[in-house]
Amino acid sequence: MKLPGQWLTAAAFLAVGASVSAAPLGLPPVPVPADNPQTPAKIKLGDRLFHDKRFSADGKVSCSTCHDKTKAFTDHLPVSKGFNGLTGTRNAPTVINSAYMKTLFWDGREPDLEGQSKQPPVNPVEGGLHDHKPILKTIRGDREYTAAFSEVFDVAPEAISMDHVAKAIASFERTVVSGDSPFDRYQYGGDKTALSEAQVRGLELYRNKARCVSCHTIEATQAIFTDNRFHNIGIGFKKIRGQEEQTAEEFVRSKRAGADVDKTVLTNANVSELGRFAVTENPTQVGAFKTSTLRNIAVTQPYMHDGSLKTLADVVDFYNNGGRLKETDPLSAFQSGGIRPLHLTDQEKQDLVAFLESLTSPQFKPQAGK
Amino acid sequence: MSKSLNRREFLKRGSALLAAGSLPLSLVEVAFGKNSPENFTFAYVSDSHITHVKGKEFVRNWDRGLIRAIAETNLLDPRPDFVFYGGDIAQLGKREEIDHGLEILSALRGDVHYVMGEHDYYLDLGDYWRKQLGPDHYSFDHKGVHFVVLNSILTFDEWTHDKWPSAEERMHQMARLDNPQGSPFMVGQAQRDWLKKDLDKISKDTPLVVLSHSPLQKIYKGWNFWTDDAEQVQALLKPFNKVSVLYGHVHQIQYNQIGNISFNSAMATAWPWPYPASYKQAASYMPKLTVDMNRANPFFERDATGWQFINTHTGNVDVHYLLPDNTNRVVAYDRKAGHPVDSEYQAAEDRIPPQTHY
Repeated sequence: MKLPGQWLTAAAFLAVGASVSAAPLGLPPVPVPADNPQTPAKIKLGDRLFHDKRFSADGKVSCSTCHDKTKAFTDHLPVSKGFNGLTGTRNAPTVINSAYMKTLFWDGREPDLEGQSKQPPVNPVEGGLHDHKPILKTIRGDREYTAAFSEVFDVAPEAISMDHVAKAIASFERTVVSGDSPFDRYQYGGDKTALSEAQVRGLELYRNKARCVSCHTIEATQAIFTDNRFHNIGIGFKKIRGQEEQTAEEFVRSKRAGADVDKTVLTNANVSELGRFAVTENPTQVGAFKTSTLRNIAVTQPYMHDGSLKTLADVVDFYNNGGRLKETDPLSAFQSGGIRPLHLTDQEKQDLVAFLESLTSPQFKPQAGK
Repeated sequence: MSKSLNRREFLKRGSALLAAGSLPLSLVEVAFGKNSPENFTFAYVSDSHITHVKGKEFVRNWDRGLIRAIAETNLLDPRPDFVFYGGDIAQLGKREEIDHGLEILSALRGDVHYVMGEHDYYLDLGDYWRKQLGPDHYSFDHKGVHFVVLNSILTFDEWTHDKWPSAEERMHQMARLDNPQGSPFMVGQAQRDWLKKDLDKISKDTPLVVLSHSPLQKIYKGWNFWTDDAEQVQALLKPFNKVSVLYGHVHQIQYNQIGNISFNSAMATAWPWPYPASYKQAASYMPKLTVDMNRANPFFERDATGWQFINTHTGNVDVHYLLPDNTNRVVAYDRKAGHPVDSEYQAAEDRIPPQTHY
């Protein structure tokens, strides 16, 4: 597995044991946990693990199945497809810039990348394994792996654990960062020609009338385009409309009786719509999902936690109508107070989409003819 | 949440939210109700200020606040025994507003007990409200606790009946803050006599929970965070061992202890008020125990609004504040300290200083 040039550049900045690394234009230094410093060997190991299909029940699903670098580390499907073609309930978020996320998964049920990567292989609609043992068995029987783990973690084959695996994958993911978009060159690089007139108008709307920036943040020296918080914007609630109480009650009771959150939210369509509530049981977070980054948004369609919106124009319409596709659609009782009708004109909607298209980094720009 | 938050803290924080958001039955342990082995919870929603614009149009923001609070209240597990609505369904006392508010409130699961607010009252002196909801002061017993509801937003007869050219003008005057033409709220002699008679029948070791719209204590007169005959009402409550007063009106979290009486306020579902101290650069007599509310993010219309559920298991009340787009808080009576304690902001160094205006 060879890293494209842009990431190699980013990876090359990583000093062994450093807590931060230099970042592309428009992004802050990548935060690195003290107990999992970046090293070139670890990143290389993580890269290989990320692409290894053997860590699934049918031997066909790796991390990269749903986080495909040729698709900007998504799968371009509404919801992801796991082993034997089984589908879950949620859209695969891009790995790009996930290093800046303060919680992982749409509902933030894991605090870090290390915790995140352990779950999909053993989810019944993703990797489909019953437990992590087959992964460790495969690794211990692979001489290239045992040599790499020995070099990176100084462990004997029988001492290799899922913590080691997760650390290596997380280290690789921390190199998948991308900035340097036309917006970055305009905003942080001093190149006032980097955006078109429509895109400049779109940025103004983004900051003001369209109310985007309050959650998809842009700061003075950098922009990760997420507040790392959870909001109910109105997506998906129609699925459980009128059943919220019953769904929440049944879920909370089964959770208290020991049900696994990761498995339940991906296999039960109604429970999935409870969002952050499934993790916190906080009634103010029903249907709240994590603000996703907007970097490379034009190449990570479809959109929203259930992949229900196909185009950026649909997304803008959805927000313009106060969190619904049509003005006549009902509103969720749990909807965030930040969502309200925007009264954008058709021209303004087009400008906003044009601006969102300026957030694509050069290495993810669709190739001509594609 | 900072990146340094380790896994154990992350999970711990999750469970702290759980305790604030829903209440596993196992937490309800200590029986206190006289003659009752049972403990119970009730929900408390207040100050929705439903505002009629014209025709069938109402202010969206206030509608959404009440709708959301009700949807969230309906998720409580175990179910609360009943719900209190703390007053100010309406903004200007109009029938349209009370009807629209009650229509939204009809989605609440379970029985609702209502408290009269000044915004429900000063247009028609509470006629339509009483027609829809019954008497504005009453009492009942529940699982060993004696509940009393008072109409604390009355004022001098002269102000009410003789001063204004129209009912609308009277309502507008009473709706204003810092109004030199305003008038202080009071429970009044007639209700105090009724209260005395009502309490004469109750033994002094029965826990009392009293609900009023305005605080039955004096905090800030300019905004009627105030009940003029508060001391006389407090004197009637003094002989009881455990008394809790719950009030709306202030749109912010307040708590206080005066002798045997614990005071707890309700959040509004509509909008937050700043603390008066931040507005008036003068002594405001806020209860000493109260921790100032942090500033609301104006983008999130629900920030610094909310609702509460109340757990009665300690013999006094624990108020759990559910605060959308903010951090839930619990203000629980602390038996050792002898007053309510805020779970979220106990250490002075953790507090967010109040805003100062110049």
